[in-house]
Amino acid sequence: MMHAFTPPRIPALIRLDGINFGYAGRRPILDSLDFQLHPGERVGLLGPNGSGKTTLFHIIMGLMRPQSGTIELFGKQVVKEKEFREFYSRIGLLFQDADDQLFSPTVLEDVAFGPLNLGKSKQEAVDIARKTLAELGLDGFEDRITHKLSGGEKRLVSLATVLAMDPEVLLLDEPSTGLDTRTKQTLVDVLGRMNLSYIIISHEGDFMEEVADIIYTMEEGRLNRAEYIHSHVHAHPHAGHDH
Amino acid sequence: MIREPFAGGDSAVHRMDPRVRIFFATLFSVVTALSYRFSSLTAALLLSLFLTAAARLNILAVLRRLAVVWGFLVFLWLILPLTFGGEVLYRFGPLAFSRPGVILAAQITLKSHAILLALIALVATMNSATLGYVLDFFHLPPKLVYLLLLTYRYIFVIEQEYMRLSRAARLRSFQPRTRLHTYRTYAYLVGMLFVRAAARADRVYKAMRCRGFQGRIYCLHSFAVTRPDWIWTGLLGAWIVCLAVLEWSPAPLF
Repeated sequence: MMHAFTPPRIPALIRLDGINFGYAGRRPILDSLDFQLHPGERVGLLGPNGSGKTTLFHIIMGLMRPQSGTIELFGKQVVKEKEFREFYSRIGLLFQDADDQLFSPTVLEDVAFGPLNLGKSKQEAVDIARKTLAELGLDGFEDRITHKLSGGEKRLVSLATVLAMDPEVLLLDEPSTGLDTRTKQTLVDVLGRMNLSYIIISHEGDFMEEVADIIYTMEEGRLNRAEYIHSHVHAHPHAGHDH
Repeated sequence: MIREPFAGGDSAVHRMDPRVRIFFATLFSVVTALSYRFSSLTAALLLSLFLTAAARLNILAVLRRLAVVWGFLVFLWLILPLTFGGEVLYRFGPLAFSRPGVILAAQITLKSHAILLALIALVATMNSATLGYVLDFFHLPPKLVYLLLLTYRYIFVIEQEYMRLSRAARLRSFQPRTRLHTYRTYAYLVGMLFVRAAARADRVYKAMRCRGFQGRIYCLHSFAVTRPDWIWTGLLGAWIVCLAVLEWSPAPLF
């Protein structure tokens, strides 16, 4: 007897099936949307303003509830807020406006906030926060007052607050918007260095090309995988080969 | 909004442990507020002047802060001597200036200056975040502490949003006048500010939830007491004991 070979099922990190979301009397924002994010994938999300990209992120995090459809995180179906809560440490959401994310008076406290909520001791949380800041090139920012940071600094500190929770998946809502070239480069470097799966919303084509392998476009409440547009040019450290 | 003009210095007072400053500012205010003898009030004012000088603050900025109180004091000096009654100090036509009224006005003037200067020198020289940590250290209700810290954090954001809105109005040739259009525009502006603040609060709360917020905020600030702090503690403590002795000794010492 031959058994059909079934490969072991590796659960998707995020799996959405038939998600519907909308407000009464208006066109649905998400219309039976399906989506999967697999380990190691770096997904870019394009779409006009108001097309529901941010809503999609909030639904994945359980901040908004779809009218119908199922959400699976790491192979487990989640419905209630309490069930989402246990995934907050594994999926990090970077908000569009850094002022929404940074609420503590000082940078160190904000970055340590997540680890403290995960039950780390104060000393552990402070160590994690310092390490995360250092990884982003933000050493010495610990005692800075958050509202006095520049726009780019706020964005990077926001990223630090998310990374400090040691997530496996990142959801980045327009992280490059309004950043100068240097800060944008730091962001590209960090995303390349971290071994994370992520979904990234951006309107900037060149930035997207550098950080995403797969591009989806959001149209009429659904995600369409775009044609392969990734034209990654590898910059060789060695000068041209002579043949 | 919150400018914190005094928080940035590097004087002996600025370096003093914030807990020492808050503790003595509170104690000093209570003792001074309860004092009536001119000996203790003068001594209190002397301490305040000394602290203000030691904090090396911009004198103009300090005077500007005091000016707020002078408005009330002028009013008191006009009203109290004329209405208090009792022994007449001076008569001017039909007006009688009462001695107890003048004394009371003088006491209030001394008290308010002493307390206000002490608060400027000791409390206004730290930023609001530090103040929050100190209140947390002294075990004030956590909700009040978070309210202070979150207000401090977001009042700037709200101010920015207000500036953005009013700039947008000005750029479209809005000029405030006494007319309905102006009132309506301001009403829209304020209404918009509330709407935005509510939306902002919702997003901030969501962001906090995503980071595992379960109703607790943590203060990480750690204080360190140094040698000068002990000297200050001794000095301020001794002076306040003197104030109390001057005020509550059975017979006036001076």
